[in-house]
Amino acid sequence: MLSAIIAFTALAAVFGLILGFAAIRFKVEGDPLVDKIDALLPQTQCGQCGYPGCRPYATAIAGGEADINQCPPGGEAGIIALADLLGRDPKPLNAMHGVVKPKRVAIIDEPLCIGCTLCIQACPVDAILGAPKQMHTVIEQECTGCELCIAPCPVDCIRMAPVRQDIRSWKWQAPMQAAGRRG
Amino acid sequence: MSTKLWRFPGGLHLPGHKAESTQRPVERARLPGRLILPLHQHIGAEANPVVTVGERVRKGQMIARAEGYVSAPVHASSSGTVIAVGDFPVPHPSGMNAPCIVIETDGLEQWCERRPAPDYTTQDPSHLRNLIREAGIVGLGGAGFPSYIKLNPLGKAVDALILNAAECEPYITCDDMLMRERAAEIIHGIRIMRHALHAARCIIGIEDNKPEAHAALLRALGELHISDIQVTQVPTRYPAGGEKQLIQVLTGKEVPSNGLPIHIGIVCHNVATAAAVYRAVQLGEPLISRYVTITGPGVPKPRNLDVLLGTPMSELLEQCGADPASISHLVMGGPMMGFSVHSSSAPVVKTTNCLLTGRHRPAEPPAMPCIRCGACAEACPAKLLPQQLYWHAHAKEFDKAQQYNLFDCIECGCCAAVCPSHIPLVQYYRYAKGEIWTREREKQKADVARERHEFRLARLAQEKAEREARHAQKKAELAGKTAPRETALH
Repeated sequence: MLSAIIAFTALAAVFGLILGFAAIRFKVEGDPLVDKIDALLPQTQCGQCGYPGCRPYATAIAGGEADINQCPPGGEAGIIALADLLGRDPKPLNAMHGVVKPKRVAIIDEPLCIGCTLCIQACPVDAILGAPKQMHTVIEQECTGCELCIAPCPVDCIRMAPVRQDIRSWKWQAPMQAAGRRG
Repeated sequence: MSTKLWRFPGGLHLPGHKAESTQRPVERARLPGRLILPLHQHIGAEANPVVTVGERVRKGQMIARAEGYVSAPVHASSSGTVIAVGDFPVPHPSGMNAPCIVIETDGLEQWCERRPAPDYTTQDPSHLRNLIREAGIVGLGGAGFPSYIKLNPLGKAVDALILNAAECEPYITCDDMLMRERAAEIIHGIRIMRHALHAARCIIGIEDNKPEAHAALLRALGELHISDIQVTQVPTRYPAGGEKQLIQVLTGKEVPSNGLPIHIGIVCHNVATAAAVYRAVQLGEPLISRYVTITGPGVPKPRNLDVLLGTPMSELLEQCGADPASISHLVMGGPMMGFSVHSSSAPVVKTTNCLLTGRHRPAEPPAMPCIRCGACAEACPAKLLPQQLYWHAHAKEFDKAQQYNLFDCIECGCCAAVCPSHIPLVQYYRYAKGEIWTREREKQKADVARERHEFRLARLAQEKAEREARHAQKKAELAGKTAPRETALH
């Protein structure tokens, strides 16, 4: 009886030490789930989900505070990808957070710009170039289309335009669905 | 000479329709008033213009330079004046305009200075590759991949150089006519390619429906006393001219999935590319013309023409007796893999092998539901499961389509041709591929946006910390100044 207690205590102590060492040695920095969710989000940093950026939204999803259908730029494909990752059922986009729009970029009507830098401060990805009292311009390539620059502009000189389609970004469309029922 | 041949899976026997355009000898196309030269006639980055509007150019002069590794320069196909650099209709399935250089020809055909290198055997292979790159040569079989890259063995031993003379698609006869009329040029080109690659063997694979071309090649080899190039006839079965299929038929080796022929020690080039290599190296002429088949029910006198690149398609149709206005349907390429050209003012480019015309656009029968007959899988030359790919593309499950090796699909169209429900299968695969590429691009863009956002947050945090440090310092300074006075008061 006594020897059994001693043996189990010794075993428990040894395993406890091993586990304790492993917890320190193989400690995971940050939450890997947040990283995985963040990787699926479109990184527009638009805040339509109700959180101040994609990573805070990812943290909220991982913490169970937010649902997976709050990201309009991610669209249906984004919701399905999140559902796949988290093992949940896909659901339609929550209309409270906006609707899916085609990809657009911000364009500054440069003659109207007064150089107030408010849009520069609002841009989450530093895609607007300019200086105080100098004309500003959008670096089209870097613009995520988040629309955060529109509201602060005091002269309303920023508008959203659809991304230009050229021959290099053109892609084949899905064939017309005549009788596409799944048999 | 009997050679052991292998078989590729699937494939179709299609009506050839080749005799129509081989009855007349090849003629030079008339010099057009305007040449429209797109900057993007190849796979890879667009060429960068080096001429300006108003500049006089000579025939063969480089007018746009290659930009990056996978790219090809563009040359003036005739002498004249540059009258525009801008967007014009080009042969592309989108029907969109693309950047072009337009030259108004002067009819003088004045050549620029040519630097021939007649004795290629003394040349270093890398110098030869450079010559071929500078000549703007790309694969003339249809894909348009810069040839100099495929002439670089990258340190691997090349077991066989295969010359693709199969020309398996119905209606197209430009390679057939080239072999009949310029067999010696092709043979010389092959020897240059072989020298660049140090290939152990060299095989020309030609479909057995081209006996005249086959005979011409053998005659040229005999006249030049060359015995180390083998000409092998392969059975006529579409798509025997697919690169992977031809390699399989001639060597029995299969190119691995997502791999390249060079991975199994094989390099494959088109015969027309070989002729262009000969002209570039031994005559110093860049790629400025090619053979084009003009055929189909809409053309009264179907034939092959030797066409300057940049010639508007409408001029070629006129030369073959057709009225461009009466043609309702113009296809670049063959009936299986070609695509509709939206405007006959679009020019002939490096990859234009055939112009196929129709008087009436054939009404496409409506697509019916898939009955799971499996005919598509039997016809697939790449051993794919077209039905599965279709389901997944249709349901937008693109990652699953990718798991079923969507990217091994060569878009030959065999599956769609045999489908009893007339489902446009290839369109589904093209759509799925396009979506996958778009998502890949968007993912990259999102990664950049994340990086920029995180950098911005870090920068704002740093600025805030610096500001606070400055405030604290100022406060301390102020406290230091006021403190002695306070003590003095007490």
